[in-house]
Amino acid sequence: MAKPKTFSLDTLALHAGQKPDPTTGSRATPIYQTASYVFKDTDHAASIFNIERTGHVYSRISNPTNAVLEERISALEGGVGAIATASGQAAIHLGIATVVSAGEHIVSSRAIYGGTHNLLAYTLPRFGIETTFVDPRDADGLKNAIQDNTRLVFGETLGNPGLEVFNVPEVSRISHQAGLPLMVDSTFTTPYLSKPFDQGADIIVHSATKFLSGHGVVIGGLLVDSGKFDWEASGKFPTLTEPYAGFHELDFVEEFGSAAYIMRAREEGARDFGACMSPTTAFHVLQGIETLSLRMQRHQDNTRKLIAFLIGNEAVEWVNYPELPQHPDHELAKILLPKGCGAVFSFGLRGGRQAGQRFIDRLELVSHLANVGDAKTLVIHPASTTHHRMDTPALEAAGITEGLIRISVGIEDSDDIIADISKALRRSQKSLGS
Amino acid sequence: MTKLIIDDHSVYIATGSKELDPHLPSVVFIHGTGQDHTIWVLPTRYFARHQRNVLAVDLPGHGRSGGKPLSSIEAMAAWIVKVLDATGIKTATMVGHSMGSLVAIVVAARYADRVRALGLVGTAVPMAVSESLLASARDNSPDAIDMLTLWGHGAQAHLGGSATPGMWMLGGGRRLLERAAPGVIYTDLRACDEYRQGLNDANSITCRVLLILGQSDLLTPPRAARDLGAVLTDSEIVVLEKSGHAMLSERPEQVLEQLIRIV
Repeated sequence: MAKPKTFSLDTLALHAGQKPDPTTGSRATPIYQTASYVFKDTDHAASIFNIERTGHVYSRISNPTNAVLEERISALEGGVGAIATASGQAAIHLGIATVVSAGEHIVSSRAIYGGTHNLLAYTLPRFGIETTFVDPRDADGLKNAIQDNTRLVFGETLGNPGLEVFNVPEVSRISHQAGLPLMVDSTFTTPYLSKPFDQGADIIVHSATKFLSGHGVVIGGLLVDSGKFDWEASGKFPTLTEPYAGFHELDFVEEFGSAAYIMRAREEGARDFGACMSPTTAFHVLQGIETLSLRMQRHQDNTRKLIAFLIGNEAVEWVNYPELPQHPDHELAKILLPKGCGAVFSFGLRGGRQAGQRFIDRLELVSHLANVGDAKTLVIHPASTTHHRMDTPALEAAGITEGLIRISVGIEDSDDIIADISKALRRSQKSLGS
Repeated sequence: MTKLIIDDHSVYIATGSKELDPHLPSVVFIHGTGQDHTIWVLPTRYFARHQRNVLAVDLPGHGRSGGKPLSSIEAMAAWIVKVLDATGIKTATMVGHSMGSLVAIVVAARYADRVRALGLVGTAVPMAVSESLLASARDNSPDAIDMLTLWGHGAQAHLGGSATPGMWMLGGGRRLLERAAPGVIYTDLRACDEYRQGLNDANSITCRVLLILGQSDLLTPPRAARDLGAVLTDSEIVVLEKSGHAMLSERPEQVLEQLIRIV
């Protein structure tokens, strides 16, 4: 008998979570720009509030447009459910706060986005949550950093901006042996390039601002639950395995089984922290995801062409990209990221910091700004922007030099991208001699 | 939640966070192959708040109940009666999904004085299981979970549209089956396949029976319940449009609305 079939990622990217609107027949996902929802009667209201019936109460907690996006990213990642949040940072915060409390501890890769580093290193300690940062390539170091009160392990599929390839299979094994879930930020790779749940991750966060929405027009985040982690067996997560006074003594694992984590995140975190996504934002992210495969492949193709150009350019000292043989994670990348290592990479100019600044100032097509994952090509100087709060030792620990340029390759004609960068490279070097 | 010991093994019963009260009308929910009480989370919570004793059981070897899975539908039915005895409940509405519907049929047929009404969700008599599915399950192959998950959801559900905001039905269904211990799915499927007394048992059922079927159900298609409906003396068939076998996640509101009529 033939094996059962279901839809591929490309099809799910267009359809998952949405069917034509039953009232109007609208093929596109409508923007349900509403704060709240009319109940049929008082018992219907009580039933929805008490999770006896499905439905929406208030758009801080759930919204029909957001629900389509949440279902779509769950389908693409292979999870059980998701929550759309106001930003990627809100998704990370919600993901952490659902299972980590005051007096507890996180082990994190130190090669992470500066904003996430700020949250873990400076902000969460004010609320009693400490983090130990480890070299993502040092499995023993990561294992040794786990304490009795550790509740979460965190890393990015590709380190920011060093592009360390996070060894999700190995780190998940270490985490699971310690009874801990692994949360992975997959913003740089998206489900097109990487499926962290298939490699052992338990929770995925995205900044939907980046490649998922893809056009630099919204701020948003997504928290996705694999449903695989056994919270009960771990015994370390009372927020999921003990009665919750904030919801009529609800025990989330008993009631919702594999969906316990995402249900708690919604019924507590979305309700109380309130960092919800606007339904209009959800619509834009959905529009972006519809073309995710097409865009990501174009991003990837353009990146490879640009890197080939840069490697041959005398103004460039080095290029850091896992597909290059000299990258420390080259072999790992071939295994974990066979479709490509994404469209964000870094390179260094001859002339260091001064040359780097002049290069950026002479770009005309390519934009200098603090973002990645736009359809347009972007550059930034991390030491003076995204990572400016980090002191020199912290920068070095994160693999960032003062002259490092990070580039997010867009989907313009690759010849035009290369022409603009080529011109700026020449001018950056001329300036040094003048 | 209530915990019992039956046949020297722990038994888990979800009660909708309420204490059981033998004086209230009772309903027993019986899950399907490889599953547990969590498939009934919405109706469990609904009926518990609406003055019903709710007993969403984890069959032996499933979910949070100990022991090994029972090897026949008849043994599962006898076990359900032990649950009623242990909880002091004289009669209850029996609601079963898939394999659980067969268990409910046997309870209603052979322990008629314990059953007030019957709700059969995604049922078929006989419930023959394909050799390829049985073979995959016997080998504890992921293919068995693939088959049950993908054939178990209607075509529409493969693109989602979950009534519960933000949930991916295929993912949830797959994860639930992945949690079954090795051998559980095979034991359950074989029990379904080997239960061939369904029409005889149904012929002796006198209580009211509601059959809730999925129009797009590939595992227990509506035509496979036609004979069952014909032999029942007091039955009604409701077909949920475009629903597959996983009606509790694909059409939770419609299933609840129907159950309200008999519970």
